[in-house]
Amino acid sequence: MHKRQDIVTKVCEFLQQVAGSDVSITPEINIAEELSLDSVKVLDLVMELEDEFDISVPLNLMADVQTVNDLADLIEKVISEN
Amino acid sequence: MALLDKFSSFLKDKEQLLSIKPAIFGTNIERIYSPTEASIAGHKVLLAGTNNYLGLTFNRECLAAAHKAIDEEGTGTTGSRMANGNYSLHRALEQELADFYHCKHGIVFSTGYQANLGTISGLTGPGDVLLIDAHCHASIYDGCKLSGAEVIRFRHNDPEDLNKRLVRLGDRAGSTLIIVEGIYSMLGDTAPLKEFVECKKQHNSYLLIDEAHSLGVLGDTGQGLVEVDGVGEDVDFITGTFSKSLGSIGGYCVSNHPQLDVIRYMSRPYIFTASPSPANIASARAALVLLREGRHLREQLWKQANRLYSHLKSLGYKLGPEPGPVIAAQLETPEEAIAIWTTLIEKGLYVNLIFPPASPENKPLLRISISAAHNDVQMDFICKLFSELAQGN
Repeated sequence: MHKRQDIVTKVCEFLQQVAGSDVSITPEINIAEELSLDSVKVLDLVMELEDEFDISVPLNLMADVQTVNDLADLIEKVISEN
Repeated sequence: MALLDKFSSFLKDKEQLLSIKPAIFGTNIERIYSPTEASIAGHKVLLAGTNNYLGLTFNRECLAAAHKAIDEEGTGTTGSRMANGNYSLHRALEQELADFYHCKHGIVFSTGYQANLGTISGLTGPGDVLLIDAHCHASIYDGCKLSGAEVIRFRHNDPEDLNKRLVRLGDRAGSTLIIVEGIYSMLGDTAPLKEFVECKKQHNSYLLIDEAHSLGVLGDTGQGLVEVDGVGEDVDFITGTFSKSLGSIGGYCVSNHPQLDVIRYMSRPYIFTASPSPANIASARAALVLLREGRHLREQLWKQANRLYSHLKSLGYKLGPEPGPVIAAQLETPEEAIAIWTTLIEKGLYVNLIFPPASPENKPLLRISISAAHNDVQMDFICKLFSELAQGN
């Protein structure tokens, strides 16, 4: 079972790769607005995280995801339901 | 933020792009002369930015069929098929499409967009799962959203990734509809359909293929990728459009599942819209006959497409993975793409300019589409222009 903090750390790690090393990724950061990632880039990032945690995240649940914390919450939820 | 404030911020963000003349989005085609010639911004241009793959938009038989339908049945149907009734033309085309694919059932929709919207949202609902290729068209994404089913993307053209996701679904794989396309509209690549069929069989799932860009282009009789791969009987649902190879407007779904007919009563995009106008249906019917018999058109189309793909490759352009009637050249920056696109218009060639997120890898694309109506002289012209561009002229 993945701990919540492990999930947040992993999400930050993956985002760092996409956003570049000069950006500071925090759990509160808004993924689309503050990192200027378009919707397709965010969905591609989620695919990487799906592989990492061996889950499939439904697109329908992505609508409410804005911050790193939101994404970590969603991943935690999907893991717990599997 | 007030209701209309978002438009101001959109216009501010896109100010530069929207001020370019001629307009790169929604380019004004001032006059159209033939399947391959038009006027844009005062320039007579060769069209290589349509989806007129078989060049049938000015075909005499199609024009005559449309004229006759208008004269005999009027300009429009003024209502939906459910409430206001079917015309015999609608039913006839449904039967002809079903026969064409050797299927038992067919439904005609008012547009290709609605064919995907209506089929997907009619077939699936809450509790079902939709597994879609990441590069699927917006109509597929929107159909998924409308359905209320759980939607999961898999990596583009990756049967292994699809299989992994089906394994994760466990018993729910049986209530899963997998969706792929014959030819993808941006890069022009084809799906590894046989492998997808194996996946769906292994997990007892269902498979839908959208042949919008492959109808008329692939297969001996032009059915699309299902015909090339010989898997028509293993694919559960086939959707497509009349607005590309058939040179009309409308869309369809065919299947051997009798339930396809039942979605007429459940599919909002089928029920709550006006039915296709007689002229559109009549020209699509005439074009379908020409498409079935149009081996010579496909040969011409592929000859020209292969030629341009090889030429652009030899000039060093980064292209999609395989030759086809959609040839996409990836460029580095939006500025470079706009400059090339504008130069091409001035020199007499119209192609499409695609920006991210519609184009992959966050890079712009010049999307060139070939038609069977392009003759050798026109292809010489296209090749010459790209040679000049590559040499910096």
